[in-house]
Formats: sequence, structure tokens, C-alpha cells
Amino acid sequence: MRALPVGDSALLVEVCSGDEARALHAELLRRRTEGLLTVREIVPAARTVLLDGLDDPVRLASELTASEVPPAPRREQAVVDIPVRYDGPDLADVAAHWGVGEQEVPRIHAATEFSVAFCGFAPGFGYLTGLPPLYDVPRRATPRTAVPAGSVALAGPYTGVYPRSSPGGWQLIGRTDTVLWDHARVPAALLSPGTRVRFVPVGPA
Amino acid sequence: MTDRALVVVRAGALTTVQDRGRPGHAHLGVPHSGALDGHAAALVNRLIGNPPEAAVLETTVNGCAVRPRSTLTIAVGGAPCPVAVDGRPVAWGAPVRVPAGALLDIGTVSCGVRSYVGVSGGIAVDPVLGSRSTDLLSGLGPAPLADGTVLPLGAPQHVHARVDVAPQPAPPTELVLRVTLGPRDDWFTREALHTFTSRTYRVSPASNRIGLRTEGPTLERALPGELPSEGMVLGAVQVPPDGGPVVFLADHPTTGGYPVIAVVHPPDLPAVAQAAPGTPVRFVTIRRHQRR
Repeated sequence: MRALPVGDSALLVEVCSGDEARALHAELLRRRTEGLLTVREIVPAARTVLLDGLDDPVRLASELTASEVPPAPRREQAVVDIPVRYDGPDLADVAAHWGVGEQEVPRIHAATEFSVAFCGFAPGFGYLTGLPPLYDVPRRATPRTAVPAGSVALAGPYTGVYPRSSPGGWQLIGRTDTVLWDHARVPAALLSPGTRVRFVPVGPA
Repeated sequence: MTDRALVVVRAGALTTVQDRGRPGHAHLGVPHSGALDGHAAALVNRLIGNPPEAAVLETTVNGCAVRPRSTLTIAVGGAPCPVAVDGRPVAWGAPVRVPAGALLDIGTVSCGVRSYVGVSGGIAVDPVLGSRSTDLLSGLGPAPLADGTVLPLGAPQHVHARVDVAPQPAPPTELVLRVTLGPRDDWFTREALHTFTSRTYRVSPASNRIGLRTEGPTLERALPGELPSEGMVLGAVQVPPDGGPVVFLADHPTTGGYPVIAVVHPPDLPAVAQAAPGTPVRFVTIRRHQRR
């Protein structure tokens, strides 16, 4: 674990894997809930957790690097089901990358339990992990200028669902009617770091 | 009952509603947002007796014109500009009474970029996640003003901090930004770090509320490859592969994948909001604040 100061009031804690980042994030949330940590933002990402709005980042850095982070507790929360029509325009390209038939992509994808590693890009956009590394796919060589809201897409090790129409370079495999972000709803975001997710295929096949 | 509202007559190039932003949601991908020149926004609120969190208008270069439906007190600050009520010049940087139905015109800046218009009672559009700020990256908050937009106003609170006039810093002719290096300065060569902290960049016209883009010498990386996405702070100086450093401003994305070479000292950020395209920019390193 490395703790890198960011300006005067933030700390970027870097670990070796997504699992370690998840464990560190859980531990930092626990400390905040128990009043042991005062911080404005806790932002997990691929291999890091950013703490912003700290009074004394240097002291926290030495505290954290000297402490043991317990493994992330198994979350007992319910799994969020997201119904998907697997009819995306990049289904054939993804099948080719995976070396499987086109009809196998929905089967493999829907059989996987995902969890939200982190959010970013847009409010409500979660970076979901769960697929084994052999199913990593590259981004499209040319990003689309408009990806429709509800698109279910793959890039690198991640699956994501576009909360609203936006430009994007991910490989589109399907669409959902599930609303990922609604600021009139509490909570506004359907997915937050740690949320468990399952994609459920719906017709027409 | 008085109709407390403003009718937008001339929206200007880009006029948005801004307050102190929506902190606390970065982990969901929600930018902080809020007034880019936070000092100026706070000052116009103080001038008219608004609480500091009241929402104001942030204009871009060519101001805007509005017609209040009830008599108001307003104050304009930030980038200096002519202010007129029904065609008659009135004070900039001081409280001004605008009668119901009169036309308040905020003109083109004489220097700087963004002027702030405080209105007694504040702009009272519905808050989203605790803030009325327009967030141009994610589309949260009210849309930028358009001709004909009607903005509701809050009830004046008559906070007793009213002052007649207040000194305001002049927009910068040269932007000198104090930075602390890191967290990813080790992704750059020693020469690149020297270039970054010794050469002069210029503010790019592509700058916006998301970031201050600069033009100038490119910075060579010591490490090839891609950095996995990581959390970003306000004032982070990101270095994309194809250009000059970008200083992240209020509407910046909450995570990003280009290495952050340094972070701007927060007190220097209001001046960034007022740096017009072409303004020279220098980055000077300071030691990280030592506590005890």
C-alpha cells in the first residue's frame, strides 16, 4: 500500500488489486461510520481510494500504511437484477473477441455475478467487475458520438450501463429499461460502489 | 403577493446558476460543481445581505440581461463590466436597487471572464442533491439560461452584513499558480518536471468550467502505458498525452485516467476562473503545508 498526498487536503491510497481496493474502501467507510475518520469524499477506483477534504493527510497516510486492512466483508445486501435485451450492435465483435458464438455472449454475461468496483464518467455510471480476465475486450477504435441511455456495454474488464445518452467507446451488447439515475429518487443512483448486480436476459431472443 | 422572479431577456454566451456546489457525491460520479470564482460569488451575496450559500448567476464574457418582476437589490462582481438599469449606468461591485419591470443589463467584461450577479433572496430554482448549481459535465441542475427563461427568486433574508462597496482582486494579466507536485509526478521525466515548473504556458480558448486548458511545451512521460482510472480533486493538473496541462475546475469528472502531475493551491483557483484565453500561466512549486 502506498499513500500519496494530493495537494494539501487529500490522499490517494494505492493498492495492488481491485480486491484490495474494495477492502480498503470498506474499511474507510467503517472508520467514517464509527466517527474515526472525518473526510468529505471517499472515491474508490480501479486500484486506489481517494480521500478528499482531510484535515491532516500526512498523518492519516502514516496511520494507514502502518495498519492492516481486513478483507472486505461479504455484503449481505440483495442483488440488483437488471433485465437486458441482448441485441447490441457490437454483440458479434464481442463474440469474436471471446472466441464464442454470438448466442453464447448473453449466456456467459448473464451467468456472472457482478459488483460495482467504482463509479465515475457520469452520475450513476458504475464500473462493474465479475467477468474473468479472458473476457476482457478493447474499447472500440472509434467511439460513438451518441450511445443511447440504457445501453449495456463492455470495455477492458468492466461492464457498464449508460445512465443517459452520451458519447462512448464501449462495446454495446444490449439495452435495459432500468433507470440508473433519477435525482428525484432516494437514493438517486441505483448502483453505488459495492452493489451486487445480475443481468437477466429478456426477449425477444 | 409579489411575483418574485427574473425574466431572462438576453441569456449571453453562457450564463448559469451557481452556488457552493454539491460535495459528498463524488463516489457516485457526481462532480462538485459550484461557482468557479467562489470569492466573487460570496462577495456579491455579502453586498446585498444574502447568506453565502444563496445561488447567483455566473456569466461568461458578454454578460446577460434580466427583467425582475418585483423590486430587487442586486450586486455584480467578479470580472469588471458595465452595469445598466433601463439604459442608465449604475455601480459595479456595489448594491444597486432595480425597480420591478426595469431592464438590468450586465455588459461585456473589460477584463477577466466571469461576472457574478447576486440578487436579493437568491435564485430559487429547485435544488438537486442539495445544490442549485448548473453542472455542465453531467447535466445536473438547471439548464444554462436561455432567452425567455423565468427564474424564481427566494425571499430576502436581510442578513446584517451589508457593505456599500468592497475591493475585488483585478483579473490576472499573468496567472501564477502555486502547486504541490504529485500524486503522479513520477510518471514524468526530470526534464518534464523542470519544463512544467519553469516555462510559460498560455490559457487555451478551449477552457471551460470543466478545466483550464493550456498551450505550451509538452511534457515527456517517464512511464509508458495507461494509468487505471483514479479519483480526481479540484485543482488537479492532469496531463493528457497530446497537449498542455489541464487544471481541473468545478465541473471536473470525479475519476480520470491521465496522470496528475501536481495540484493547484486552492486559494489560487478563483483567479483561474478569470484568466482569459492567451493569458500567460506559470506553475511554481511550493512545499506541502507542514502541520506542526
